[in-house]
Amino acid sequence: MLGQLIVSGLAVGFCYALLALAMVIIYKTSDVLNFAQGEMAMISSFMAFVFLESYQLSFPIALALTLLFAAALGALLEFVFLRPAKNPTVIGMIIITLGFEMILMGIAGWKWGPDQRNLPFPIPSFETYNFAGLVVSKINFWTIIVCLVLIVILFLFFQYSKLGTAMRATQQNRLVARLMGIRTKRIFSFTWALSSLIGAVSGMFIAALTVLDPPMMMDPLMKAFASAVLGGMTSLPGAAVGGTILGVVENLFGGYISLPFKSVVAFAVIVLMLCVRPSGLLGKHFVKKV
Amino acid sequence: MRGKNAEGGCVDIKRSYYEDIELFKSKTILVWSVILLAVLLILPWFIAKTHFLGMSVYLLNLIIIHCIVAIGLNILVGYTGQISLGHAGFFAIGAFTTVMFVGQMGLPLFIALPLGALISAGAGFILGLPALRLEGPYLAIATMGFGMAVTTIIKHMEFFGGRMGLQAPKLYLFGTAMKDIHFYYVICAVGVILTIAAVKLFKTKVGRAFIAIRDSDVAAETMGVNLNYYKTLSFAVSAFYTGVAGGLYAFILGFINPEGFHIIMSITFLAMVVIGGVGSIMGSIAGAILMTYLDVKLQAIQDIPGIGALLVHFSEQYMSMGGISNVAIIVYGLIMVLIILFEPLGIFGIWIRTKKYWKTYPF
Repeated sequence: MLGQLIVSGLAVGFCYALLALAMVIIYKTSDVLNFAQGEMAMISSFMAFVFLESYQLSFPIALALTLLFAAALGALLEFVFLRPAKNPTVIGMIIITLGFEMILMGIAGWKWGPDQRNLPFPIPSFETYNFAGLVVSKINFWTIIVCLVLIVILFLFFQYSKLGTAMRATQQNRLVARLMGIRTKRIFSFTWALSSLIGAVSGMFIAALTVLDPPMMMDPLMKAFASAVLGGMTSLPGAAVGGTILGVVENLFGGYISLPFKSVVAFAVIVLMLCVRPSGLLGKHFVKKV
Repeated sequence: MRGKNAEGGCVDIKRSYYEDIELFKSKTILVWSVILLAVLLILPWFIAKTHFLGMSVYLLNLIIIHCIVAIGLNILVGYTGQISLGHAGFFAIGAFTTVMFVGQMGLPLFIALPLGALISAGAGFILGLPALRLEGPYLAIATMGFGMAVTTIIKHMEFFGGRMGLQAPKLYLFGTAMKDIHFYYVICAVGVILTIAAVKLFKTKVGRAFIAIRDSDVAAETMGVNLNYYKTLSFAVSAFYTGVAGGLYAFILGFINPEGFHIIMSITFLAMVVIGGVGSIMGSIAGAILMTYLDVKLQAIQDIPGIGALLVHFSEQYMSMGGISNVAIIVYGLIMVLIILFEPLGIFGIWIRTKKYWKTYPF
């Protein structure tokens, strides 16, 4: 029972972690909290559904097209809406991303209606693996593996690649980064594209684990926020760790204490964390200058 | 009192403290206020007879309720500089507690409404406690979580009717059941009182403390403003307004269900404030009127002449007919984004610019 709950918690937790990572990447570079992250992932998952179901493409091609679409969507939103905003306030930025959220949700609702669908995923959700008595469904197993690999790739990318270094430089000081010859505007577009792409992977797994319908990302978005707060909004490893912890804790709470109140755990985590340690588990403490 | 400057244009000069705190700044405003009240009195009869602009008395009630919410949220967002994405939670608390007080305990509405609003204000106070340590995006997340937690909790409490929701009891006035048009006068009276209270609030010590916190919380604290007290108070006042509106909403809707108070509702409340103009009571009212009207009208977009037929054709060709009401959400989102990009002060900003233009007309 305990092992089972932990494993399924890990699978969901890694999905949260990916979504939280996508959010933290944007938050770190441009100080924008992206409320549209969930809806961007949802639209991308629907595109995957269209490629797989309507055009009957094979899974790898459909996946590649979906990721391409997700990246283009992220870059487009940044280019069309965020770039023209002059001296935006924090509230203004939040309103802009909330506006995206509503636009994307409206488009999805208009195109696909309120029906619940199943994303045709190549990994069956009913077959299981058996690891010495621990029964793990195939979908959970592969979710954990893929998300873990993706998180490791992301860390390597940020740490060692030239583009990753440029992104970190932009995060630290935009002006100096520009003086050093980094095209910061292009970095912002790229950040949004990368973030949207990571979100799309998470969205596809969440669609495979649950169902595919327009409001499907509402709850995971909240969980991703909770994960990011838990790990520290400005720390990439923090977001990954926070997501995993949240997924497991939430599942244990659902299994042992109360299933209906499972989704309140995220709120409790946010409030507790913000009261005890506002900068998160792994975030650096931030002192406000007057 | 208005003085004339050398060029002959009007400038607002305040010569004493009492002039600053008076409700009607000039005779003109007093006259227009009286005219506005008279219009509010006869408006439901006019609407019920002519259906001007496709309005109904129900829509009128909804608009006034949203005005109350927008004013309450503006006290928090526009005047204290906090942000909330959880006002649907307070709205739900107000609605459910008021219905419970009237339905289960048999209290009359004029007692149940303030009681429900006070419970909502209590919830606002509790949410205000973690909000003391948060700002900007963190606060947005925490309040959004609060809104979602409230609906989840209500959904799983049998006491509140669970997933099925609650039926609002029929109200009687002198032995006859109240209709929309009777409710209109109740709602309108509450709305006018709360609007005047909000305008007056910012002439008192409390209101000025809110504004000081918005402009700079560090400076406000240095000047002796108790941040903890005033920030939680701001949340409580804002929640009180929203709770009153929620209680009224339950009765005009007749039936409330926790699913109805979702995150999109909180976002639309915030949108009303931002579109109307952050930090302006009149702006909130304008934003609430515009967005509620648009929302209700766009829900049935296929009935609008001209665009409707075109959209139906487009939906049949490329989209789905079942989801055509989602056009409302798209328009809503677009307005939100465009107003931030091009007119950050919202409708109030446009009004200020027009006023300035005409005051100094040829120049």
